Amino acid sequence: MGALVMSKAITIDGKSVSFIDGQTIMDAALAAGVYIPHLCHNPEFEPHGNCKLCIVSVNGRNMTACTMPAAEDMVVASNTPELDSDRQALVQMLFVEGNHICPACEASGNCQLQAAAYYLKMLSPHFMHFYPPREVDASHPDIFLDLNRCILCELCVRASREVDGKNVFGISGRGIGTHLVVNAASGRLGDTNFAVTDRAAQVCPTGAILIKRQGYKIPIGQRTFDHKKISEVQMEPVKRTEPEHE
Amino acid sequence: MTFALETAAHPENLKRIVIEPVTRVEGHGKVTLLMDEDNRVHQARFHIVEFRGFEKFVQGRPFWEVPVLVQRLCGICPVSHNLAACKAMDMIIGATVPVAADKLRRLMHMGQILQSHALHFFHLSAPDLLFGFDAAVGKRNIAGIVAAYPDIARQGVGLRRYGQEVIRLTSGKRVHGTGVIPGGMNKNLSLDERDYLLKEIDQIIAWSQAAVELIKVIYSERPDFHNSFGFYRSSFMSLVREDGALDLYHGGLRARDEHGQTIFDHVDYTHYWDYIHEEVKSWSYMKFPFIRARGREQGWYRVGPLARINNCDFIPTRLAEAERKIFKEFGGGSATQATLAYHWARMIEMLHAAETIQELLHDPDLQSDDLVSSGERQLRGVGVIEAPRGTLIHHYRINEDEQIVRANLIVSTTHNNQAMNEAVRQVALQYLDGQQLTEGLLNHIEVAIRAFDPCLSCATHAIGKMPLEVELMDAAGALIQRLIKDSDGQCRA
Ligand code: SF4
Ligand code: FES
Ligand code: NI
Repeated sequence: MGALVMSKAITIDGKSVSFIDGQTIMDAALAAGVYIPHLCHNPEFEPHGNCKLCIVSVNGRNMTACTMPAAEDMVVASNTPELDSDRQALVQMLFVEGNHICPACEASGNCQLQAAAYYLKMLSPHFMHFYPPREVDASHPDIFLDLNRCILCELCVRASREVDGKNVFGISGRGIGTHLVVNAASGRLGDTNFAVTDRAAQVCPTGAILIKRQGYKIPIGQRTFDHKKISEVQMEPVKRTEPEHE
Repeated sequence: MTFALETAAHPENLKRIVIEPVTRVEGHGKVTLLMDEDNRVHQARFHIVEFRGFEKFVQGRPFWEVPVLVQRLCGICPVSHNLAACKAMDMIIGATVPVAADKLRRLMHMGQILQSHALHFFHLSAPDLLFGFDAAVGKRNIAGIVAAYPDIARQGVGLRRYGQEVIRLTSGKRVHGTGVIPGGMNKNLSLDERDYLLKEIDQIIAWSQAAVELIKVIYSERPDFHNSFGFYRSSFMSLVREDGALDLYHGGLRARDEHGQTIFDHVDYTHYWDYIHEEVKSWSYMKFPFIRARGREQGWYRVGPLARINNCDFIPTRLAEAERKIFKEFGGGSATQATLAYHWARMIEMLHAAETIQELLHDPDLQSDDLVSSGERQLRGVGVIEAPRGTLIHHYRINEDEQIVRANLIVSTTHNNQAMNEAVRQVALQYLDGQQLTEGLLNHIEVAIRAFDPCLSCATHAIGKMPLEVELMDAAGALIQRLIKDSDGQCRA
C-alpha cells in the first residue's frame, strides 16, 4: 500500500497512531489495538468520562482519553508507572466506596472492576472501607439490582436512553451521595418497563445489574477473565451476550 | 442428673479458672471452672465468646447467591455449608437433582470428609493421643509428631492434600468454589481429572486403613482409660439412608437413646423443628438443641462420627464396614459411648470416604452433562447433610422477589453443645477435683472438647485462633495466678 492518503496521527507511548477527525484518543487507540485501561467507556455509547481510569498524559497534562478529541501531533503517554499507580488508586477507591465481596459475588470472573484490579496489580483495597449502606432491588421478575456493586459508570443510563429508548436509569445526588436511581414513581425496577432483553440489562461492568437465577452457572475456568486479561477482552470487537431464558 | 455442675449453688465463695481460648480446636471458645479453697469443682462450663449474626447478613440477598455466600460463614467448613445451603436451594427451585450431579456432590463431600478428618486426627489430636495428655507441652503439637513419627505426619499431610484436590476439581477452586449450584452442578469431572485422582486413590485407602489401625492400637493399649475418660451416656442423632446405611450426604434423621432404643427414625428433615427445639441459656451464645419428645432435661444428644457409626445399621463400603463391626464389638460394646471413641469412629469414616471416592471415580456418570434441573418454585427450603463434625441444618425462607427473608442454621457444634459441656464436667470431676492445677491437667479438659472436633468458628461465625490463657482468681475476683499458652504451645507465667 502506498502512503497516498494523508492521514493524521498522534503518538501513544512512542507509537504512531492514526486517527480521523472526530475520534477521541480512546477511539484511535482502540482502533489501532493500543490498550488504555477504561471502565466507563464502551464504544457503543457516548463517552462520559466518569471513572477517570483512562487518564493519559497529553503533552504533559493529564486528560481522560475517552473524552479528549485526538489532534494532530499529540504526544500521549499512557503506559507509565505513574499513571498506572494513579489508576490503581482510582480502582482501590471504587472498591472501598462500594461493597464488593468478590469471592461471593456471582459476577466474579466476569467483572471488569475485578479484572481491572488484577490488571493494575492491586493487592489490597489500601483505603479504609466506607461500608456504605446501599439498596438492593429485587422487585423485577427477571433482574436483580444490587447497588452495593454500582460504580456509577452510567453505562446502563446511556444504554437505556440511547439504545433501548426507555430511560430506565438515572443518576441522582452529588459527591459521595451520588447514586443510581430507577425512573419510576416508586423507585422500583419492577415498576418500569425494563426488560431482560434490553441492552441496558447487559452492559453493567460489575455485578450491579444481574439477570436473575443465572448466577454461578458458568464454571470457574470458563468465565470471561479466567484466562484473559481485561486488556485482551476489551480489545475484542463488542460482543453482545444474549440472555438465557428458562 | 445431667445438669449437675452446670451452675454452682454458692458461686460467691469460689475461685474462677478460665481456659480461654481452648487450643487446637477451630475457632474461639472458653472454659470456666469455679473451685473452692480445696480445689473442689463446683461449676464447669464450656462457652462461646463471640457471635456474628450470619442469619441477618444473608437477609435480602438473592437465594442463588447464598450457597456461595455461606462459604464465608466458616473458613474451616466452607464445603459443608455450601452443600447444605444448596440442598435447601434445590428445594426452593423445586429441583430433582440429576443423578450425575448428586454423585459429583457426594464426591466433593467425601473429599471434604477426608481432608477434615485427616486434619483433625493428625494435626489436632494425634499430639495428645501419641504423647499423652500431660506430656511436655512443647512436644504436644504437630511439630512434635513430625519429629517423632515422620511417617504418620507425612500420611496425614497426604490424606489432607488429596481431599483438597477432590474439592478443587469438583468445586472449581481450592476454596470458595462455585461447582454446586441450585438444582445441580455447573461442571462434571473430566476424564483427565478423574485419572489424576485415580492415580493416588489406592495409596489414600491404604493410608486411611493405617490410620484406623493406629487409633485401634492406641485405644486398645489402655482400653479402660480410653473408655472411661470423660465418660457418660447419651442419645445420638444422625442422618441414615433409607435402608439404614451410613450416608453422610442425604437421608432421614435417626435418633436413639442412651440404651440404643429408637426415639425417631427416617424423619423427613424438612420438618426438623417438629423433632428438635433450641434452648437459649444466659451464659452462652451457643444455643442448646434438644429432642422435643424427651424434653429440655433429657433431650440433649451427640452428633458427629460417633453418633453416625453407632446409629447406622451398616456401612456400605467393605473395609469400613469390617472396621465398624470391630468397633461395635470392642470390649462388649464398651467403646460405643466413650468420648474418646470419637477418634476411632472418625477414622472409620475417613476410610469410608476414601473407599467411596474410589467407587465414585469409577462411575461413568461423573462425566455426564445432565447436571441441572429445576421445577416449581417454593418459598421455603431446608438442606441437611452430615458434615465432618455432625448434622448440619440450613433453613431458608424467601419472598416473592426471591430474596432471603429468614435463615436458620443449626451447626454440628451447636448440636454437641450440651454434650461437650457434659464431657468437660466429667473430666473436671475425674481429673481436676481436689487437685493442684497444672497445665497438663487443664489440657485434659481440652482433650475432652477436642474429641468432638468442635468448630467454634462455625458456631460463632468468627474466624481465627488465639493463644490460651488460664486465670486463677480468688472469690473476690482478684487474680491469683495466670498462665499463658501461646499458639505454638509454649507456656509462660
Ligand atoms: S448499575 Fe452497573 S452499569 Fe449502571 S451505573 Fe452502576 S455500575 Fe454502571
Ligand atoms: S473510561 Fe474514560 S473516564 Fe472512564
Ligand atoms: Ni466450621
